[in-house]
Amino acid sequence: MIRLDKVSRSFMVGDQEVAALRGIDLNIAAGDYVSIMGPSGSGKSTLLNLIGLLDRPSSGTYKLDGGNVTDLNDEQQARVRSEKIGFVFQAFHLVPRLTAAMNIELPLILAGISVAERKARVAQLLENYGLTDRADHRPDQLSGGQRQRVAIARATSMHPAVLLADEPTGNLDQTTGKEVMNLLEQMVAQQVALIVVTHDPVIGGRATRQLHMVDGQITGETGRTI
Amino acid sequence: MKLIDVIQFASGSLRGSRARTLLMILAMSIGVASVVVLTGLGEGARRYVINQFSSLGTNLVIVLPGRTETAGIGPGMLLGQIPRELSLDDAQALLRSRAVGRIAPLTLGSSQISQGALNREVVVLGSTADLLEVRHMSLAQGQFLPSGNVHSSESVCVLGAKIRRELFGQEQAIGAWVRLGDRRFRVVGVMASQGESMGFNTDEIVIVPVASAHMLFNTSGLFRILVEAKSRDTIEQAKRDAEEILLRRHNGERDVTVITQDAVLATFDRILRALTLAVGGIAAISLAVAGILIMNVMLIAVSQRVKEIGLLKALGAPAAQIRNLFFAEAILLSSIGSVVGLLLGQAGVQVIAQIYPSLPVSAPWWAVLAAIGTSLGTGILFSVWPARRAARLDPVMALARS
Repeated sequence: MIRLDKVSRSFMVGDQEVAALRGIDLNIAAGDYVSIMGPSGSGKSTLLNLIGLLDRPSSGTYKLDGGNVTDLNDEQQARVRSEKIGFVFQAFHLVPRLTAAMNIELPLILAGISVAERKARVAQLLENYGLTDRADHRPDQLSGGQRQRVAIARATSMHPAVLLADEPTGNLDQTTGKEVMNLLEQMVAQQVALIVVTHDPVIGGRATRQLHMVDGQITGETGRTI
Repeated sequence: MKLIDVIQFASGSLRGSRARTLLMILAMSIGVASVVVLTGLGEGARRYVINQFSSLGTNLVIVLPGRTETAGIGPGMLLGQIPRELSLDDAQALLRSRAVGRIAPLTLGSSQISQGALNREVVVLGSTADLLEVRHMSLAQGQFLPSGNVHSSESVCVLGAKIRRELFGQEQAIGAWVRLGDRRFRVVGVMASQGESMGFNTDEIVIVPVASAHMLFNTSGLFRILVEAKSRDTIEQAKRDAEEILLRRHNGERDVTVITQDAVLATFDRILRALTLAVGGIAAISLAVAGILIMNVMLIAVSQRVKEIGLLKALGAPAAQIRNLFFAEAILLSSIGSVVGLLLGQAGVQVIAQIYPSLPVSAPWWAVLAAIGTSLGTGILFSVWPARRAARLDPVMALARS
C-alpha cells in the first residue's frame, strides 16, 4: 500500500547540503505494524513526515494506495492527509481552547462532514476510548494518558489507512505508554498500517516489522514471529 | 469545511483570547463611531444652515443696489460714487414679470424709539404688507402693515417681540403710540418671537411702511428688494426678468445685483458637504489605524498559533482553508467592531442632540455605509498578509516548534 522508491531528502543548512534520507526503498502493506528505530538524527522523523505528506522528497517516488502522491499539489496532498492518514504526536498537539470532543471532531469539521454524522462518530470514539465522561474537558484538565487517547481518537476519526505515530509514548510513564500502545495496536487488526517511530527498543520491539535506521538509510529489518 | 464551521472555529479562537479580541473590537468601534459622530456633526451643521436659509423665505430672488463684481467693490465706490439707488418704483415695476409672485422692498435704518420715559436704539425696517408672507414671519398680536398704496406713509408700526416687552412690559401695546426719531407711530401689531436667523434678530426691530421709513431717514433708496418667484421652476425666469426690467429702467446700465437664494444655498451646501467629507475622512484615518492594529495583532496570533496551524495542516486542512480561517477572524472582528461602533456613534449623536437641540445632528446614510465599508475593508486588507503567512507555514517546522 505504501511504496517508497529510492526516496531521498536533503536540507540546506547554511550553504551546505545535508542528506537526511538516502535512497530509501520501502514497502508497507495494509495491516502491517512497523516500527522505525534508530539514533536521533538518523532520519526516522523525516521518513515519517514524508509518508504523512507533511514533507516532500528531494528525489524518488512515493506511491500510496497505488497512486503516485509525490507530485500532488498542496490541496490534493491535504485531501490525501485528510482521508488516508492519521497522526499521533509525542506532544499530543491538542488545541488547548477546544474540549476533548471538539478536538476529536476537528478532522471531521475540516473534511466538511455533516453535523449529525460528526456527532455520531465523536460519541462512538469517545466511548471506544473510554473518554465519554471527559468529553467536555479541555486538554489542560486531562491527564497525559487521556490526552493521548483523545489524540488517537482524533487520528482515527476519519478511518485512515495509515496511522503514523511519532514517539507516541515519549511524554508518558511506562504503564500509560503501554495502554496507549495497546490502543494503537488495536487498529492493526482493522487492516490499518501502523508506523511507529521510537528510540525505545521495548516499544519498537512490539512491532511485527522493525526497521533500523542509521544516517538516513535503512540498515536492517528484523521481524517478530507471532 | 462548511461556512458555518469556519465561522464557529474563527469565533472560537477569538473567544480563546478574550483581551486581544476586546481590544481590537474597541479600536475598530472607536474608528467607526468617530466617523458616525463627526459626519453627523457636519451634516447637522449643513442642515442647520439650510434650515436657517429656508426660514428666510422660499423661492427668493434678492435684488441689491450696485453691481458686485468679483472683487466685491466696484471701481465706482473707490471714487466715492454711490451706485444708482433702487427706488420704490423699481420695486413695483418688478411685479410686471409673470414669474414674480410677490415683492417686498426693504429700507433699513436705525433710530431712537421712545414710549413714555423709556427709550432705546432700534433697527427700523421699512417695507410693505407682503413682507410678512415673503419672509415667512408671523404675528403675535394685531395686524401687519396695511396693504394698499406703497407710497402712502402711514404712521403705523409693528414691534418686534423683545421691543414690545421692553417698552410696554405687561401693558397693552396695540393702539399705543411710540415715537421713532421725530415722528409718532401707532402700534398696530407685534411680531411673534422668532429669535435670530442668519444674524438678523427679528425680535429687536420695528417695522414701518417703506414710505414712512423713507421720510424718517430722509432717503428714497432701497436697501434690498425681496422678490418671491411664483414657484421653484420660475426662480431663474424671475431673476432674468428682474435684471431685464431694471436694466431698462436704469437706462441700459447694469447697476444692480440679482442673486437667488438657491444659488447662495447651493454654495453653502457645497462648502458644508465638503467639510463633512473632510472630517469624515479624518475619522476614517483612525479606522485605517485600527486596521494596522488588527494586522499587528493577527501577526502575533499567527506566531502564537504556529503549532495549531501545523496541526490543522496535518489533519488535512489545505493552505486555502487556513487562510480562510484567519480571514474569517478578521471579518468577524471588523463586523462586531462596526456594529459596536455604530451603536456608540448613534449614542454619541443622541448625546450631542440633547446638548444642542437646535442642531439637527444625524449621520448621513452614505457616511454610515462608508464607515462600515472602511472597517470591513481594512480588516480584510490588513489580514491578507498574516493569513498568507499562516497558510504558508511549513507543517513539519510548525509542529516541531516547542
